Amino acid sequence: MATETVPPSNATASESKGSPFVGERSKVSSHISQNEGLIFEKSSPGKKAYRLAPLDVPAVDANALLGKHAREDLGLLPEVSEIEIIRHFTRLSTWNYAIDLGMYPLGSCTMKYNPRVNEMVARLEGIADAHPYQPESLSQGAMRVMWMLQECLKEITGMDAITLQPAAGAHGEFTGILLVRAYHESKGNPRKKILIPDSAHGTNPATAAICGYQVQNLKSNSDGMVDLAELEKLVDEETAALMLTNPSTIGVFESEIHKIADVLHAKGALLYMDGANMNALVGKTRPGDFGADVMHLNLHKTFSTPHGGGGPGSGPVACKKILEPFLPTPVLVETPENTLTFHYDHPESVGRVRMFYGNYGMFVRALAYILANGPDGLRQTTEDAVLNANYIRSKLEDVYELPYKTATLHEVVFSDRRQARNGVKTGDIAKRLIDYGFHPYTTSFPMIVPGALMIEPTESESKEELDQFVDAMRQIAREAEENPEIILHAPHATRVSRMDEVGAARKPVLRWKPDADASEAAASGENPPLVPATAAKEY
Amino acid sequence: MRYLPKSPADRAAMLEEIGVGSIDDLFLSIPAEYRLTGDLNIPAQMGEQEIVNFFRAAADRTANGYASFLGAGAYRHYRPVVIDALVQRGEFLTSYTPYQAEISQGTLQAIFEFQTMICELTGMEIANASMYDGSTGAAESVMMAARVTRRSHIVVANTVHPEYREVLRTYAQHQGLSKQRVGYGADGRIDMQVLDAAITDKTACVLIQSPNFFGVIEDVAAIAEVAHAKGALLIVSVAEALSLGIVRPPSEADIVSLEAQSFGVAISYGGPYCGVLACKEKFIRQMPGRLTGATVDQQGRRGFVLTLSTREQHIRREKATSNICTNQALVALMTCIYLTIYGKAGMRELAEQNLAKAHYAAQTLAATPGSKLLFANSPRFNEFVLETAEAPDVLNARLLQQKMVGGLPLSAWYPELRNASLWCATEQNSRAQMDAAAAVLAGKEAPALAYV
Repeated sequence: MATETVPPSNATASESKGSPFVGERSKVSSHISQNEGLIFEKSSPGKKAYRLAPLDVPAVDANALLGKHAREDLGLLPEVSEIEIIRHFTRLSTWNYAIDLGMYPLGSCTMKYNPRVNEMVARLEGIADAHPYQPESLSQGAMRVMWMLQECLKEITGMDAITLQPAAGAHGEFTGILLVRAYHESKGNPRKKILIPDSAHGTNPATAAICGYQVQNLKSNSDGMVDLAELEKLVDEETAALMLTNPSTIGVFESEIHKIADVLHAKGALLYMDGANMNALVGKTRPGDFGADVMHLNLHKTFSTPHGGGGPGSGPVACKKILEPFLPTPVLVETPENTLTFHYDHPESVGRVRMFYGNYGMFVRALAYILANGPDGLRQTTEDAVLNANYIRSKLEDVYELPYKTATLHEVVFSDRRQARNGVKTGDIAKRLIDYGFHPYTTSFPMIVPGALMIEPTESESKEELDQFVDAMRQIAREAEENPEIILHAPHATRVSRMDEVGAARKPVLRWKPDADASEAAASGENPPLVPATAAKEY
Repeated sequence: MRYLPKSPADRAAMLEEIGVGSIDDLFLSIPAEYRLTGDLNIPAQMGEQEIVNFFRAAADRTANGYASFLGAGAYRHYRPVVIDALVQRGEFLTSYTPYQAEISQGTLQAIFEFQTMICELTGMEIANASMYDGSTGAAESVMMAARVTRRSHIVVANTVHPEYREVLRTYAQHQGLSKQRVGYGADGRIDMQVLDAAITDKTACVLIQSPNFFGVIEDVAAIAEVAHAKGALLIVSVAEALSLGIVRPPSEADIVSLEAQSFGVAISYGGPYCGVLACKEKFIRQMPGRLTGATVDQQGRRGFVLTLSTREQHIRREKATSNICTNQALVALMTCIYLTIYGKAGMRELAEQNLAKAHYAAQTLAATPGSKLLFANSPRFNEFVLETAEAPDVLNARLLQQKMVGGLPLSAWYPELRNASLWCATEQNSRAQMDAAAAVLAGKEAPALAYV
């Protein structure tokens, strides 16, 4: 463990004395952080960061061409120089935590390494510049990438058919449930309800609702798994599908999955699998083999496309043959001459869920990831992800409560029960982890675990990084006993700490407006107030 | 595998720590009959050089090196290099949704700036942190309008992008919404008389696009008046965002659904792009998607947080305003950087160049024998509809021989526009390209293009 070894040269050796830490922070040291105002606060008329090529056609009079539709001015858009832009966004970037800086153990989010070659190939001319309406004869390379990705994903999931069109996981859920609905409609009855376990992601019930279904809650059993007896009671001829995350949100494989599928299929209902946790399964087992009828994948989780601070994602939907006629159009088809073409004429299709063909740039990245791994690499990846989660479990289960003792796959969920006795909740431990140089785990989810700490390390962490994380978590557990106050006011080492979220929601300030006092001060030659001391009330 | 940071010794030590004999012991919860015993049937592991070569070969089998006059919802604009230099910083590229505000201030402040710029451009009071794209954004705004008005009839202009309308149909089909389409008049704009008759006291909203699918700028103020007279909301979808540099913002609208791809986002065969919804502040509680707000921390320091999340799926579950979770954050950042680079003066200058290029292209192509500019007297931005003597497919085949991709044939969506195609000219189209295209249209030998 890191505390037992000689501290690395950059560690703050003096932290034991007068420091808020009971031990040492082996992962981080304090470091200067640049202040930076809003870009609008740097704007000044006449500054420029562009120069257009000279116009090679006659200039036009916008007012003459557009009449009353001509725009007068562009309001508060900034006017700054190129170096200011570089510094502005570079400074902002340094205020973010990122996978590139270290472990990002958000459960259910699969924050794995985003390979740089993916970024490079997605920007190749011919790929980045391909127009969705250019002739198919001039798009064969672009279409072949889609085709290969489709074939790989079908093989990985064990499914028969696929669409790449959905733009993210929730969009994939929407598409998948539309397929379910179209299937039941083709049998004469769309049915009324979707069963959703109480451990499910929030997107599942929201999706069922926008597809016109009632949500019926399915209680988990004492192992946190689907309660088969309860399921049998609830499934009837009005049940369209069960939306099941497997492995579940507590990182456990539904070992009775085939029975679950049988119960559903016996009543004509379908099994929808939320593929958010597919990183636990790739190369080891296939949803198509264990009874799932339709599922979505998150290319931005399992297949390494970057989260980018919240998106873009991509949510392909794979399904069994019975659902294929209902897939969104256009459908990619290979001709006998080995060329690819889009088919639009599918009368039973649920329709388009997005314009063009989906988040194509993400397809390129995901395929690059699959090619870099091959079958052996994908399997090793899954094994390492599961190994890491089990390692964390075995290293922490003596200090954090493990509510479900069932076998862990890719993520482990603890509860804050022991620490809560000292007033320290999961959200507090999460904030304290920031001081130790880690991004927090997922807090308070799944809802079946009160005070949940949901930890998904992914395969991308070395043993050293895991040991540092374990060390930090153990120190925080000790702090919870010896000095809970230090946790309750964490983080201490960040630019800002514990934002007033209630105030933000009660009186929303969602855009910048010039501050009257500041502009007066500027006009009179005084300096505007320093950032970030500027209070929000000045908006 | 080069992305995995473990030695065999590390793995052995960890297994020992866990107390199992082999990695397979950790997968025993998967029933044996479903465990894979062999390799997946996918291509074998490739080295980085092989991967790059593979995609280079794919890139070469595209329209690489062709001049193009395509637009129609995906616009060819120059992307300043600063954008990729900045968005490839790992702290932006490899971070998650900024739920942990203390270590996400960079993303949060950038989104706050993005929201501000979108408000300035669209004439709206608030904007969200992004939607998947313009098509789903338009559909989400229609559902939002239905919630706001508690009405279930929607009116849609036939000049909204046909694929946007297809997506709307998919979204609306299980929402109990009835839909009415309104055609266009001889000027290529929504038929105001038909529109007036279509709106009733049950109408939740009117959805238009401006500039519309034909590139024609709609009279937003007049349409708003008609919609508002019967209590319906007006949603304006903007597919070519650069038009806002020179076209008056749709301030009379209640909701603006913008596709911001034009702002420095690669065309990339159709995605990822950047939808964004902007609206009047009074509709804030019905707005889908994430919102960033300014606030202070426990010591009074300025900072930003995701806010009003009680609208969202992770809190409200089936009662949420939308099921959207992941959005287009990094693409929104690209557009934010783009808007910062061009800024107040550059956006105007660039939009003027587009106006001039498209004006020249329209005049030049329409002057070829048998060609005619449709909706010629209506205000346009950088797209126009050209009617030709020949079928567009025949014409386009001849253009392709000269390494040019011509306009998009319209008859599949608008059978009445038989020999018409939709052309787009941007700052990326040189005068030489336009003259060469005109020569091909005129049946002449096109001068060889020195560069495209």
